[in-house]
Amino acid sequence: MAQTITQKILSKAANRKFVDAGESVWLNVDILLTHDVCGPPTFDIFKEEFGSDAKVWDPKKIVVLPDHYIFTANEHAHRNIDLLRQFAKEQGLEHYYDVGSDRYKGVCHVALAEEGFNLPGTVLFGTDSHTCTSGAFGMFGTGIGNTDAAFILGTGKLWEKVPESMKFTFNGLMPEYLTAKDLILQILGDITTDGATYRAMEFDGEAIFSLPMEERMTLTNMAIEAGGMNGIIAADNVTERYVRARSSKPYELFRSDPDAKYHSTYSYDVSKLEPVVAQPHSPDNRATVRSVQGTKITKSYIGSCTGGKLTDFVMAARILKGQKVSVTTNIVPATVKVALDLEHELYDGQTLKQIFEDAGCSIALPSCAACLGGPADTVGRSVDNDVVVSTTNRNFPGRMGSKHAGVYLASPLTAAASAITGKLTDPRDFL
Amino acid sequence: MEKVIQGKAYVLGKNIDTDQIIPAEHLVYSLSNPEEVKLYGKYALSGVPPEQGGLPAGNIPFVQEGSFASEYTIIIAGPNFGCGSSREHAPFALKVAGIKAIIAESYARIFYRNSVDGGFVIPYETSEQLNQLINTGDDLKIDVEANTIENLTRKVTYTLNPLGDVFKIVEAGGIFAYARQENLMAQS
Repeated sequence: MAQTITQKILSKAANRKFVDAGESVWLNVDILLTHDVCGPPTFDIFKEEFGSDAKVWDPKKIVVLPDHYIFTANEHAHRNIDLLRQFAKEQGLEHYYDVGSDRYKGVCHVALAEEGFNLPGTVLFGTDSHTCTSGAFGMFGTGIGNTDAAFILGTGKLWEKVPESMKFTFNGLMPEYLTAKDLILQILGDITTDGATYRAMEFDGEAIFSLPMEERMTLTNMAIEAGGMNGIIAADNVTERYVRARSSKPYELFRSDPDAKYHSTYSYDVSKLEPVVAQPHSPDNRATVRSVQGTKITKSYIGSCTGGKLTDFVMAARILKGQKVSVTTNIVPATVKVALDLEHELYDGQTLKQIFEDAGCSIALPSCAACLGGPADTVGRSVDNDVVVSTTNRNFPGRMGSKHAGVYLASPLTAAASAITGKLTDPRDFL
Repeated sequence: MEKVIQGKAYVLGKNIDTDQIIPAEHLVYSLSNPEEVKLYGKYALSGVPPEQGGLPAGNIPFVQEGSFASEYTIIIAGPNFGCGSSREHAPFALKVAGIKAIIAESYARIFYRNSVDGGFVIPYETSEQLNQLINTGDDLKIDVEANTIENLTRKVTYTLNPLGDVFKIVEAGGIFAYARQENLMAQS
């Protein structure tokens, strides 16, 4: 029986030859990811259900990456880090990346990739909705809550309903003004925020396979914004090169069968697409940047698992080199690695860091920061009636802090161009 | 599980995401310390813009100022309830506030799983746009076995979509209770 890549991975994890869309199966989990917001309550449920002396199913398969509320004076947030530290010690979790130590990484989805935890053909569950990011590596990754995560901690298994797949094919050569963020915002405008609920979103086509891993991650990252269970891109030699540089663990490559069944298929010619934004207050409220050009903004924010990777900052630097920003512009590297790269990576003879500093941007320490608002003292948090252009992933009311703020989701190119003019600006004006 | 859920309706629109259900700044409180747990009730639905809370009139607070629980028992909402972040704090906060069931046109997957597997609230679906037919404050009665909801204020009864596969988990009170009942907890 023909299967999609998602079905094949889930078949393997269920010890079956074939799983059908719609059936519920028990899966063996390869990695469980958690962080400072959902880790402590997950550990509480684990102890309550399995006993206070219980041991996790496999300490090597649990990755704990604190990233949400790191650089804050909030005492409750500090307590959550203490709880992670304590549990990691009790359980001997070698993949715990402690805050305040040189092991600290930053935003979990980006760090998972950097540290070689993303392996084609594997199954990842995480207590964060953007766990779907890892699907860029030809693997299954999806978000769950604390109770489900506690169940995995004790058993290494979880039930899941095998999703139907939707296929999105991007043909043509990517124009220099277009980014993965524009592609996913395009899709969101077409299928809306519940257009892929309980389904897999599979990305295909020459434009997709021309993208570096980090750009592919931007696409799969926002599958959840359409309600998708997972986003997935089959692994190719770009993927294998990235993985092999970071891990020596075995992996398995899967591809969809040519006659696999899809819920629906969409096809795009990238040469005909334009830079777009998602207007307040929904990720599917798409408009071309040209059609809203001139809308005044008060802040530009470049960061998060979606838009705070090195490639995102290279794109921003292309626009910001030799320019000055006219509104507060926050540069928030996703991870410590990305922050270090800003100091070494050159664009046109200058480091990215120098380009951003000369342009008047402020560079923050790596964490999730204001993508999700966070405690009151979070860098870049929106206030009052802020109008923010942001490379992050959600713009529902209050997401970045203030309930009265409006957030335009955009590519790093658009966020950088708009930072210069103080108005929504098509990046082609600066390229 | 209760066979009948009765209480007042709180009506919302579509795409109520988990940041509106419990804003991220409140996720720092403990989910086990009783004093801190109360705060989840206090701040439940505090991220909903005021004019969109308590439809059709709007500007009806879900939790009164100074209180830690809501006077409402059943949420009626449009499509894609609970979209956004994976935080289980969302269905938890609604439960702490006193919500027992939600009736929406559809749910985002993670919120749905969390509600069922954590045994917090029953997430019913309907194919009718009940948030257009029910007003905030209406007295409602859900008959869990008959799969119906009666609007006692307006004397109308609607049919709910069957819970299907998840009914057994709901009935058991969550995934752990269900797994024990079905002997699924043995380590592999």
